Amino acid sequence: MKIKELVFEPIFKNNPIALQILGICSALAVTVQLKNVLVMCAAVTLVVAFANMSVSLIRNHIPGSIRIIVQMTIIASLVIVAEQFLKAYLFDQWKTMAVYVGLIITNCIVMGRTEAYALKNNPISSFFDGIGNGLGYSAILIVVGFFRELLGSGKLFGYSVLELTKDGGWYQANGLMLLPPSAFFLIGMIIWALRTKDPSQVEPKS
Amino acid sequence: MGSNVGKTVFVAFALCLVCSVLVSSTAVSLKDKQALNAAMDMKKNVLSAAGMLDKDTDVNATFAKFETVIVDLQTGELVSDVDAQTYDQRAAAKSPEMSVKIPANEDIAGLSTRAKYGKVFVYKNEAGEPETYIFHITSKGLWSTMYGFMALGSDLSTVKGFGYYAQGETPGLGGEVDNPNWKSQWVGKHVYDQDHNVALKLAKGSVSASDPVAGYRVDGLSGATITSNGVSVSMKYWFGDHGYGKFIDKVKGAGVTL
Repeated sequence: MKIKELVFEPIFKNNPIALQILGICSALAVTVQLKNVLVMCAAVTLVVAFANMSVSLIRNHIPGSIRIIVQMTIIASLVIVAEQFLKAYLFDQWKTMAVYVGLIITNCIVMGRTEAYALKNNPISSFFDGIGNGLGYSAILIVVGFFRELLGSGKLFGYSVLELTKDGGWYQANGLMLLPPSAFFLIGMIIWALRTKDPSQVEPKS
Repeated sequence: MGSNVGKTVFVAFALCLVCSVLVSSTAVSLKDKQALNAAMDMKKNVLSAAGMLDKDTDVNATFAKFETVIVDLQTGELVSDVDAQTYDQRAAAKSPEMSVKIPANEDIAGLSTRAKYGKVFVYKNEAGEPETYIFHITSKGLWSTMYGFMALGSDLSTVKGFGYYAQGETPGLGGEVDNPNWKSQWVGKHVYDQDHNVALKLAKGSVSASDPVAGYRVDGLSGATITSNGVSVSMKYWFGDHGYGKFIDKVKGAGVTL
């Protein structure tokens, strides 16, 4: 596998959210504002990449009986480090997302990649596989965040784009977009669009 | 088999060691920066409630003009044996030694405990007279406990600013407590009526200027009755006798000089 494929494959063809339906919880929780989306994406991408690399480095020494807990320990440590950095350098974002950053530990994408890829491949490929899957996750979150912030509060990155009626403009904000369930609809539509374009992603009828 | 168990234990031990060193060294090396951020954030919250926070405000310099006093809420007297700079009223409300249980019949704000001591920020003008008092207030909304600051003028009744710095109410409905337009309505309202009862609360719907009690009412939040009630009871509780009421009486009666 070439590095280019490792990085770009998970963005459209084998997207962790759209095809594997992993990591949905945080896609609902942090997508109200694009600013938070970017922070979350960066955190997840770095955690997957480094977790993958670390697991791969010691893959030949991990005893099968404690395999899962070893991976969890590595992931949890990396997540705590990421959260500490956020608290020190992006305090305002940390205030609104602290809980969700901590929950990266339980994000199925991270565990899924270390278990499915890093245990069988070398550290460099594993690192780029992590970057690719992180970017695949980010791509979906950015699209969802874009629509939720635009339609829910008439803003992009905190800057007013659509003038809201409550501030004397013309756009009546869609309150549903501010609530987590709206991300379900948006992700559903993204999956629909991706599978219409690429029918090979559709599961065979059972 | 024996060597396998040995190896498993060794790997587990080595991994834990490496991970704990990584985590603790990050935490220790970033601690100062994080503490600085938290302190800065609190200062910004106070200034923003007082309406003194603009984009280019020098937060530290402006905040330095505030005097911080610690008040025993039971008696209304000042307390001197607590470090005013580091005292955290929000944390104290949860600590068994630093808090008191609120009797059920008094607990209109749904808090169950409150800090023994309140932290009040006082802004003095050039003549050294107190001009603005800032009080920390909390109450339960629909989903969350809401934490905010109320800034009162020198008469300890006229509102100079109000705002929450932490709340988890429904976005678009109760979450509108953060709407700047709504918050700006508070300025100029009065907490106490002529008989010195807490009269300030949210109206049902909007307030008409001709209403005789308009000076004590702020628009209710539409679609957010429980959040609105939470805001109203926080006034009644925190500016009543169980909250800052005794301290305010003493300052007015010159029993306490700042």
